[in-house]
Amino acid sequence: MLSKKVSSSHSVPFWRDVRVLRVMGQVVFLVIIAAGILWLLNNLQVNLRACGLRISFNFLRNTAGFPISEGLRYNPTDVHGYAFWVGIVNTIRISLIGIALTTIIGTVVGIARLSSNWLVKKLAGLYVEVVRNIPLLVQLFFWYFAVMLTALPMVKNSIRLPGSIYLTRRGVYLPWITLAESFGTWAWYIIGGLVVAIAVYVFRRIQLKRAERPGFPIIWAGTILILILGAGWFLTPGNPLALTIPVLKRFNFEGGLWLSTSFTSLLIGLSVYTGAFIAEIVRAGILAISRGQTEAARAVGLKKAHVLRLVVLPQALRVIIPPLASQYLNLTKNSSLAILIGYYDLMNVGTTIFNQTGRAVEMIMLIMASYLTMSLLTSLLMNYYNRRMKLVER
Amino acid sequence: MDENQLAGYADKNQLPPPSERIPAIRWLKQNLFSSWFNAILTIVSTALIMTIVFGLLRWALEARWEVIPANLKLLLVGTYPVEHLWRVWAVVYLVAFLLGFSSGAHGGLMRRVSTTAALVSVVLAVLPFPWGTRGWLLGIAVAAAAGFGLGYLGKGIRWCKRLEIASWILSFPISLIFLNGVGGILPVIKGRTMWGFMLNLIGAVVGIGLSFPVGVLLALGRRSRLPAIRLVCTAYIEIIRGVPLISLLFMASIMLQLLLPASVRPDLLIRAMLTITAFSAAYMAENVRGGLQAIPQGQYEAAYAVGLNRALTTILIILPQALRIVIPAIVGQFIALFMDTTLFGFIAILELLNITRSIMGNLEWRGTIFELYVFIGIVFWILCYSMSYVSRRIEKTLGVGER
Repeated sequence: MLSKKVSSSHSVPFWRDVRVLRVMGQVVFLVIIAAGILWLLNNLQVNLRACGLRISFNFLRNTAGFPISEGLRYNPTDVHGYAFWVGIVNTIRISLIGIALTTIIGTVVGIARLSSNWLVKKLAGLYVEVVRNIPLLVQLFFWYFAVMLTALPMVKNSIRLPGSIYLTRRGVYLPWITLAESFGTWAWYIIGGLVVAIAVYVFRRIQLKRAERPGFPIIWAGTILILILGAGWFLTPGNPLALTIPVLKRFNFEGGLWLSTSFTSLLIGLSVYTGAFIAEIVRAGILAISRGQTEAARAVGLKKAHVLRLVVLPQALRVIIPPLASQYLNLTKNSSLAILIGYYDLMNVGTTIFNQTGRAVEMIMLIMASYLTMSLLTSLLMNYYNRRMKLVER
Repeated sequence: MDENQLAGYADKNQLPPPSERIPAIRWLKQNLFSSWFNAILTIVSTALIMTIVFGLLRWALEARWEVIPANLKLLLVGTYPVEHLWRVWAVVYLVAFLLGFSSGAHGGLMRRVSTTAALVSVVLAVLPFPWGTRGWLLGIAVAAAAGFGLGYLGKGIRWCKRLEIASWILSFPISLIFLNGVGGILPVIKGRTMWGFMLNLIGAVVGIGLSFPVGVLLALGRRSRLPAIRLVCTAYIEIIRGVPLISLLFMASIMLQLLLPASVRPDLLIRAMLTITAFSAAYMAENVRGGLQAIPQGQYEAAYAVGLNRALTTILIILPQALRIVIPAIVGQFIALFMDTTLFGFIAILELLNITRSIMGNLEWRGTIFELYVFIGIVFWILCYSMSYVSRRIEKTLGVGER
C-alpha cells in the first residue's frame, strides 16, 4: 500500500523508469539488427543490379537439362523445380533408409557394449572409439573412392554374396520384390486386413483397459492381419508379388535392385558413423534404469515380457528418444555430404541448378528452407513426444 | 552429504583392497564362456577379429607406405615455402613452451599432457627423419622443458597466473600473424588456402576461439528477459543448427560477396573462417546455455541479496561457474569442429583431405589411395582420441555431475 502511494506521488522520470528502459533497449537492439539486415539487402540489390539479375523464382520453370541418375522418374527435359524435388526425395530416401540401418547398428552395438562377454564388449567399444574419432568425410571418401571404386572388381568379376547379392565397381545388385499384375486384386485384401486389424486392436485394448490387465493387443491384430493376407494370397489368381534376381547379361546386370556406388557408400558411411553415437545413447538409456525397477516389477508378479514392455522400455525410451532424434537429424544433415561423392541429394541438385542458372540467392534460400523444414518437423514431433512422455508428478 | 560420499573421502587415505587373483581358466569361463550363447559369441567374434587383423596385417605389409614420408611436408603444411618453415616450428615451440609453463605452474593434468607432448616429440626424433627435422623435433621437448622451468619458478608469484592466461590468449593472434606474415617485417606467404593439415588446425582453433565470446553472448541473449533479444538470439541459434555446415560454406563461397559492398572482398580462407565461427557460435551458445541452466537459483538470489545488480551477478557469479561446468562440452565441440574442417575441401581449400587429391593425381603415386586415407584417419584419430581423453579427465577433476 505504502509503496504504491510513494510511487504515485513522486513519479519516476521516464529515463530512469526500468519498464521504459527495457522497452527502449529492445527497440534500439531491433533497430540495430534491422539496419544491419537492410544494409546487407541493399548491398545485395546493388550487386545483383550490377550483374543484371533480379530475385525471382521463375527459372524453376525452365528446362533443367542435366541428368539425375537415380531417384524418381526424371528426364533432363523436366523443369528445374521438379529436378530439385527429385533431390529432396533422394535426401529423404537416403535419410530414412540410413536411419533404419543406423538404428539397427546402434542398438546391437549398444547392447554389445554391456554384454557380459568380455570380447564382445571390447570389440563394441573399439568400434565406437574408432568411428567417432575419424571425420565423417574421411570415412565417406574411404568407402567411396577406396572401397567402392578401387577395391571392388569390375562387373564381370563381381563378388557374389549368398542370396544373389553382387558387389561390383558399378554398384550393388540385390534381388528385389516387384509388383505383379494381380497385385491390384491383392491390394484390396491389404486394405481390408488393415481395417479389421485396427478394429481388433482398438477393441482388445479397450477390453484390456476395462479389465485393468496388461496384455499385447498388437499380437492379436498382427495374427489377424497375417491370416487375411495369407488367405488373399491363395485366393488371388497368380502371385501378386514377384522376386526378380539380378542376372549378368553381356555388359551389365539386369533385373533386381541396383544401388549406385554413391548411394551405397553414403548409406554405409552415414549408418556406420551415426551408429557409433546411437550405441552410446542406447547404452546410457539401458544403464539409466536401475536394477531395482526390474526386480520390483518381477516382485509384483509381472511376466518377463511385461516387465520389459511396461516398466523398463517406457523409462529407457524417455532417456533414449530425445538424443536419438537429434542423431537422426544429424544423419539427415550429414547426408548433404553426398555432393562430394556424387549422390544426387537436394544439396547436389541445388548446386547443379546454381551452376546452370547462376541463381545464388534463390538456390541457397531453397536449400536452407528444405533443411530447416526437416529440422522443424523433427523438433515439433520431439516436443509433442516430450510433452506426452513427461513424468506425471504427483 | 550422504554416506557414500563420506566413504569416498575416507577411501582416499586407505589402500585399495588386495585384488582377487583369478586363475586364467576361471577368468575365461566367467568372461567368455559363461553360457552356450556367450561361447558362440566368443567364437564368432574371435573369428571376426582374426579375419580383420590378418587382412589388415597382410595389407599393411604390402602397402606402399613410402607415399607418406615422400609427401609428408605437402600433407602437413601444403605449399608453405621451405625457407619459411622455421615460422611453423616457431609456432609449435610457442605452444610447447606455454604448455610447459602451465604444467610447471599447475601440475596435475596439464603436467601429464605436456610430458606426453615432449615424449612424443622425442620418440618422433628417433624415427628416420632427415637430421634437420630431428633437431627441430627435439626442440619441442626443449621448449616444453624451458617453459616448465619458468612456470615452476614463477608458481608462487601473484601476477604469474595472469601472465599465463594473457600469453595463452595472445599466442593465437601472434601465431596467425607469424604464419601469415606482416607487411614490411615478415614476408607475407602467398597461397594460404593450400596449407594442408595446418589449415585444419587453424580452422578449428580460430573457430572455437572466435565463437566463444559470440556464443556466450548468444546464450545470455537466449535466456534474456527481454523478448526481442531472446527472439533474435533463439532464431539465429535454431536456424544455424538446422542447416548443414556444407550449405553455409556454399553460401560463404558464392553469396557472401553479394551481401557485402563491392569494395569488400574477403578472400576464401577468411570467408571459411567466418563461416565456421558463425556455425560454431550457435553450438557454443547451446553448450553455454546448458551450463547456465545448471546454476541453481540460489546463486542469483544470494548475489542480489549482497547487492549486485543483474549484469554484475552474471559476470562475477554466474558465468565463472557456468563456464567451468561446460569445459568438457567445449572440448567436445572443438573435436567436432576439428573434424568438420575437412569440409573446407568443398570450397576448394586444400586442407589435409583435399590435398591428397594432388598426390593421387601424381602418376608416381597411383593406387596409394588406401595408404593416404588410412594415414589421415590415424592422424585425426590420435588427436581426437587424446583430446577426448583429456576432456574426460577434466570432467573428473571438475567433478561435473558429482556435486
